[in-house]
Parts: sequence; structure tokens; C-alpha cells
Amino acid sequence: MAVTIHKRTLAQLVAGLRAKEFSSVEITRLFLERIEASQPTLNAFISITGEQALQAAGAADRDLAASRGGALTGVPIVHKDLFCTAGVRTTCGSRMLDNFVAPYDATVVAKLKAAGAVMLGKANMDEFAMGSSNETSYFGPVRNPWNPALVPGGSSGGSAAIVAARLAPLATATDTGGSIRQPAALCGVTGLKPTYGRVSRYGMVAFASSLDQGGTITATAEDAALVMREMAGFDPNDSTSVDRPVPDYVASLNAPLAGLKIGLLKEFFDKGLDPQNERRIRDALAVYEKLGAELRVVSLPNLPLSVPAYYVVAPAECSSNLARFDGVRFGHRCDAPRDLMDLYKRSRGEGFGAEVKRRIMTGTYVLSAGYYDAYYLKAQKVRQLIAADFAHAFGEVDVLMGPTTPTPAFEIGAKTSDPITMYLNDIYTIGANLAGLPAMSIPCGFTQAQGQGAGQELPVGLQIVGPHFSEAKLLNVAHKYQCETDWHTYVPGAWQ
Amino acid sequence: MSSSSEWETVIGLEIHAQLATKSKIFSGSSIAYGAPPNTQANLVDLGYPGVLPVLNAQAVQMAVKFGLAIGARIAAHSVFARKNYFYPDLPKGYQISQYELPIVAGGSLEVVLDDGSRKRVGITRAHLEEDAGKSLHEGLPGFSGVSGIDLNRAGTPLVEIVSEPEMRSAKEAVAYMKKVHTLVRYLEICDGNMQEGSFRCDANVSVRRVGQHKFGTRAEIKNLNSFRFVEKAINFEVERQIEILESGGKVVQETRLYDPDKGETRSMRSKEEANDYRYFPDPDLLPVELDEAFIAGVRSTLPELPDQKAERFSSQYGLSAYDAGVLTASRELASYYEEVVREVPGEPKLAANWVMGELAAALNKEGLEIGGGKLPASRLAGLLKRIEDKTISGKIAKEVFEAMWASGANADAIIEEKGLKQITDSSAIERAIDEVMAKNPGQLAEYRSGKDKLFGFFVGQVMKATQGKANPAQLNDLLKKKLAG
Repeated sequence: MAVTIHKRTLAQLVAGLRAKEFSSVEITRLFLERIEASQPTLNAFISITGEQALQAAGAADRDLAASRGGALTGVPIVHKDLFCTAGVRTTCGSRMLDNFVAPYDATVVAKLKAAGAVMLGKANMDEFAMGSSNETSYFGPVRNPWNPALVPGGSSGGSAAIVAARLAPLATATDTGGSIRQPAALCGVTGLKPTYGRVSRYGMVAFASSLDQGGTITATAEDAALVMREMAGFDPNDSTSVDRPVPDYVASLNAPLAGLKIGLLKEFFDKGLDPQNERRIRDALAVYEKLGAELRVVSLPNLPLSVPAYYVVAPAECSSNLARFDGVRFGHRCDAPRDLMDLYKRSRGEGFGAEVKRRIMTGTYVLSAGYYDAYYLKAQKVRQLIAADFAHAFGEVDVLMGPTTPTPAFEIGAKTSDPITMYLNDIYTIGANLAGLPAMSIPCGFTQAQGQGAGQELPVGLQIVGPHFSEAKLLNVAHKYQCETDWHTYVPGAWQ
Repeated sequence: MSSSSEWETVIGLEIHAQLATKSKIFSGSSIAYGAPPNTQANLVDLGYPGVLPVLNAQAVQMAVKFGLAIGARIAAHSVFARKNYFYPDLPKGYQISQYELPIVAGGSLEVVLDDGSRKRVGITRAHLEEDAGKSLHEGLPGFSGVSGIDLNRAGTPLVEIVSEPEMRSAKEAVAYMKKVHTLVRYLEICDGNMQEGSFRCDANVSVRRVGQHKFGTRAEIKNLNSFRFVEKAINFEVERQIEILESGGKVVQETRLYDPDKGETRSMRSKEEANDYRYFPDPDLLPVELDEAFIAGVRSTLPELPDQKAERFSSQYGLSAYDAGVLTASRELASYYEEVVREVPGEPKLAANWVMGELAAALNKEGLEIGGGKLPASRLAGLLKRIEDKTISGKIAKEVFEAMWASGANADAIIEEKGLKQITDSSAIERAIDEVMAKNPGQLAEYRSGKDKLFGFFVGQVMKATQGKANPAQLNDLLKKKLAG
């Protein structure tokens, strides 16, 4: 077995398995070894399910031998630890669910299982997906494979680090305000947040129901297309999933981009954007021009309001969604409660971390009598304005482009004392969530790190946003770029 | 002492009717009553992490049916909202209900009061919501000093029917509640079983000086599950509030509970202690969008409604408004009555009297429901036919009815067996009259000398001699002639 098998893309692994170049058990073992070796440094996993993985891989090999199985048969994958997995604990990165084993599979988990994928374990994440640096996890921060002193981004920091370090070719992830795209950018991998309603939320532990959307972190857009074909689709268990056909995302990957109208988001190229990041984005745009695309600047005047609107709507929904963690039926329960109120207070007080508590309190406040209109209702109106801005822009252009984040990965601990600075990391990504739009982040080069690790190269992400249900177009646009460039093939030195 | 004539009572009711769907409002669990604890609670009902609600279309149809039956507006766009509060029997930490945009708004019902007058009560809104589970604080076998939670009821579909504060006495409130009870059972959207909690209400009660425009401060009495309790609780509460006000005090806005054992209401929590429910639209559920075609489809399933039926009974069968009202109080009663009339078409009034009289009394005595098979309509019709064709008198019919009730035999068999057939042979009756006259010469003489009152005595004696079988009308005629000499 060649030493670089782990560097293969998911598509290449599928092909190799089909061609019997290697078996599922072989590559499962390979990735499990890499995972074990990575844990002390990266801490990207909360659970590693080696035994089950090898069993599943064995079954996959029997299917492959008999030419049975699905599109992903035998491919090792990882799930973000907020997708419920029957029999394997689902912690959401929280002490609250440290002991929680779901009795059912999330729809995404069930679909990928049905496609033949082999689960290696569950990825670390910010607690209940609340965070932009993976530092709020009860299980400790995940470290960036490019430099362990830096954050991988969040909340899907584990998922991004896993793919960046080639510990698996695919990690599922979720994006409420940028939680797929921001860590994908900071780790130099490809992240896709689909249209709200494209992928079932059933079995995803909810943070903010109207914003949460499951998606993928992979090395390439082609891989994301392969996985989305399996993951997307209407689910009768999720009333907000949309009943419309799932296109063949792979078939349209190579469509030419000549005449593609790309809108540059004026509001994204602002003073907050690191000049080095901006240079990498401009380079990427030049590649698109070479491919025949037209660039034009578009303005979304209400977009600067997205962060404040988000930090009203998301905490409001979170305060209600997390009410079920009360120590009564599942999850953490305090020792020897004196009475009901004591049970609630201590179970929740002990079970939730600081950032989760901050958001529950903010959310409770903005929904309370006398404040609802001024905060929640107004935020919903802002949300409609932002959605209208996007709709207007998509009347003029096919896709929007800009940076995914203002800066490359920052140091662990650098922003933990100031929540607002941390929240501003999502300034470019939140708009797509508020409007329910599909968006991607793809690697578009490297920049020099500042501060600790200065001089080191760090990945930069290009963000691509499209109209509702334009995933096929986004993947096509991303794939064509990846055919022209090799930024997506870079693997951090320590994880070669 | 309170002088209640100076005070006016203001009552509004919030009625919770459990919808007779097959499954829960947001999950596939059964809603059948009486299953062992927590055997009808799936992951959705338990509020497990990651699960999502899916709206039961049957519950929507039923709410729309109710809305159409009370002449209300059916919302083209209604929204489910979360009502947030913590309680162990509320698994998600919020109840899914409807708040700003309910599915039904602005209807009314007409009630007939004891004095026969009619009153229209406005219905502000009716909205869909899920029920909570049950907390069991005592009597848990095998446990002591702990509380148990049964989530079988959690997620059961309810329609909450909110009236305008337009009722002015406990009796009016009960009449209105009974009317709603009748209606939901007619519509077959609720079984109306009050013991099992399928139909219950909260009563908002306040008093104000007669002539005063502004409403007084109200108390909300929670969870009343019988008509009798509603009446008693309201009456107690009215007295309590009047006493407070007359002694110079102030009524506190609060939630109260009715204690049926003590016959009083007591404070549960005040306004200050009340929860801030932090309602907001439930992002897990899409707004309910209903088009004209859907509403028309539901309209086509509406049965003849109680008021329409009562009106038809009055005009078609010549019944009084009161009788028509009683006979249409339930769909089962009305159809029983109509079945009887179908077989004895000439005697609708007689049929009404028997159904509301002897039959109702007999059912009542044994605590049975009409239509339960104890005395099928055709059997009762068989008895009425014998009254109609004068085979037996009304009085004998009561005796036959009792025998039918006891044995289940039909009227003809009992009449035959007991020899109860009416004597219509004039000569036989005359013979009996002659014998009675011969046996009572004194009374005969007195009668003939002008003491008319003795006529009754002779009727009685002849009836006795014929074991009550003499046809009363014939007997009257013949006796008059004979006594006159």
C-alpha cells in the first residue's frame, strides 16, 4: 500500500476501492492509526470508534467483492459530534451530553451509512456549535494542523482539522453562522454549507433551528459533490427540509465558466480585511477572469447589520432549543438535588460552559416581555432586508465572491476574553445563514502568520455564495478553480 | 353579607378539547387513554436531542372543521409558536402552541338559557397546541418520596377555544360549555370525555358594579373538568370577589385552583409569579398555509349541526324549541329519536315524550348512554305503535316499558304474555260498568243527585275491575251515558 493513500481525495479512494487497489479494512486501519497518532497534538476527535469502523469496513469489503453497496461503500468518514449516532455517544462538545448515547441515527448519518460509508469516530467541536475557534469544547480545544498554537476555527473545528491533516477524506459539519466555512478557510480545506432545507436537520442537535444546516468538509469540491448527492434531499421527519429533486452534483462539475457573472461583495472588502488575505482573494478572482468569468462589484447595503441581527436571532432560538437539557430525562444531572429548582439550576449550571450560558441568557433576554419587539422582531426584519439584498444581487450576478474570514487562523486564547472580537470572525459568513443561501469556502492560497508562528504560511479561504438551491453551480465554480490551482492539495508538514 | 344584585359577573372560558386524531399532533405516537406510563411516548414526545416535530394534518382538519361550525374565519396563514417554561412534564422546555396567528378566529355560538331566552357568545379564537405530560406526585407503586412523570399525554393534540368575556353567570357559562361540548362531539373531533380530561376548561372570572363599563380584575380558575365544578367554582369565586370588594379590598389578578372536596378556589400563583413565556414562532415548523380548496373540502365533511337539527326537529316534527333542543343535545340521541319516528311517523310528539321521559330516566338510573344497545330504537317504536293503535293505554305502556327494559323482550310479546291488551269491546266495558254501578248504589245515587266529582270514582272502579285494560276514551263515553241513566 502506497504511503500517500491518505492524501487521496474521497473520489480517488472510491475509485481505488472499486478497483480493489486496496480494501476498506486497509484504509480504515490506516486512517485509524493516523487518528490515534494525531490525538495528543490536534485533539480533533471526541470519540474514536475503531472497533465498529473495522467491522463496518469488513462488511464494506464483502459488498465491494460482490459488487454491491452504495456510492461511498468502504470510505472512512467522520461525523461532527452533534449528529446523533445510534449506540455511539453524541456529546455536542458539552459536559451536558458527556454521557448521552442517542438511540437513533440522524438522517445524515443514516444516509451516509446507507451509501456505504464507514464511520471512524465523532469530531470535536465548539460546545453546542457555539464558537468560532473550537475553544468552547468541554473536551478541550482542537488545534490547527498548520500550527498547533493556532485555532482551527469553529464550530466545526474538529471536522476541518481532520480533513486538513488527512485523518479522513470527509467530515460532516454544520453551519449556523459560518461554522463550516470559517474553519474550512482556517484549515485550508473545502467546506460546503448547503441551502437551508437542502439537507435534513433531523438528528442534528439544534443550536438555532432557522439557521442550522448540515454540510461537508472535504479536500475538494468534487468530493463534496459526491457526498452531497447522498446527503441532500427531503426528509419527512424535518418539516423545514425542502421537497425538490436532488440534482447530480457530480455531472455538472465541469461545466465551463465562460460568461459567469461574479459579484464582488463591496462590504466584504472593507478595512477589517487583512491586506494579505485580500491579495489572495484578488489572485483567485484573476483565475476566474482567466476562465472567462466577468467580475463586477455589488453592494448589499444591509449586510453590515448581519452580525447584530444574528446575535439576536441565534441566541433566541438557542435559549429555547437548549431548554430540554434540564437534568430530567437525559444528559448531565447534578448530584443529590434538593428540589426541582435545585435540580434545574445545578444541572444546567454544571452542564453548560460559559459561552453557551452567555447565549442562553442573551436569547432569554431578547425574547422576554417588553424586549421582544425591540430585539427579536427587529432582528427578523433586518434578516428580511438582508435576504432581499441578496435576492437583488442575484438578479445581476450568478454567484457572489469574497473572503471567508477577515484574517487567517489566530492563536489559541487570543480572543477568548472578548466575545465581540470573536463574533466578528463570522462577519463575512453570517449573511448566507440569515438568508438561507448555499455557500462554500475553498482554499485560495497562503499568507504569512502574525504573532506566534510568525513567518509561517497559513491558508486563506475564498467564499462563494449562490442563490437558493444553486449547490450544483457553486460546486461547478469551485471545481473549475481547483482544476486550475493546487491550493486544495497542500497538506500541513506534520501530516504528510 | 354580599348583595349580589349590585354586582355583575363577567366570565370568559378557555376550553381545551382533545382532538380525536389517531396520533399525536407532532409525532406518530398513539393518543389512546389509559396505557401504562410512558409507553406511548416516542423520541419526539420525550424531547430528545435532534428530533423535530411534524404536524399532523388530521389535527389541522379538525380545527378547521370546528372553525367552520362556529362561523369563524379560517386563517390562510397561521403560525405555531413556542411557549417557553420549565416543568418536568414539559419535555422540550416549551409547549408548541399558536399565539399571534391562530388557525381559527372570530366565531360565535348561540346558547339557550333556562328561561328559554337565547344568547350569542362570541368566540375570540381557537388554536392548535400540544398537551403536556402528567406529573404524579403520589401513589407510585414501588416508590416513595419521589415524583413520577408520565409522558403518554405529552403531544396530544388540543384545540383551545377562547370565548369573549360575554357570559354573565355561572349558568350561562355552563350552558355555553355544554354547547361547545355538544358541537365537538357532533363534529366527531373530540370524544368529550371529561373524566379522562378530553374536555376541560379554565374560567376567567371577574365582577364589577352594575352599570360600570370597565372590567374588574379577573382570576383564572384552572382545569375544571365537569360542568358541575364549573358552576360551583364560578359561583364560589364570584362570592369571594364580591366579599373582597365590599369589604374595601382589591381582587388580585392570579391563577386559582378549584378544590371540589372543599368547594372552594384557592390561589395557585399571582401575576407577579407568573411566567414570562417568551413566545416566538417555532422555527422547526413551517407556517400552516390553507387554501380555499382545502377549506371547501373540510366544509363538505360538516354534518348537520345541532342548531340546524333542532330547527328541523321543530318544523318537521312540530316539537317545542325546548324539546328540539334536548333531543339534539347529542348526535346519538337525535338519531335514536329519528329512528323511532321513522317507524311511528304519526306520533313525533309521543316519541319525543317517551325518549326524553321514560327512556332517559331509565338510562340515567343505570348510568347508560343512549345508543348503547340496551333498548334499540326499533323496540321502543314497537311499544309506541301499540299505543298509537290503541292496543294499550299510555298507562299500561309504562308497565310494558318496564318489562321490556328488564327482560329485553319486545312490546308485543309482553302485552301478549301479560294479557295487557286494551279492552275495546264496548259490551265488555258496559258489563264492567254495570257491575260497578250495581255494587255501589249509594255513590250512584249521590252522583245522580249532582255530585259530579264522583265520576272519577267510577272510572277508577271500572279500571280496577278491568285491571286497567279498558280503553280510557271508550270508558269515559260509556260511563257518562250509563251514569246519566
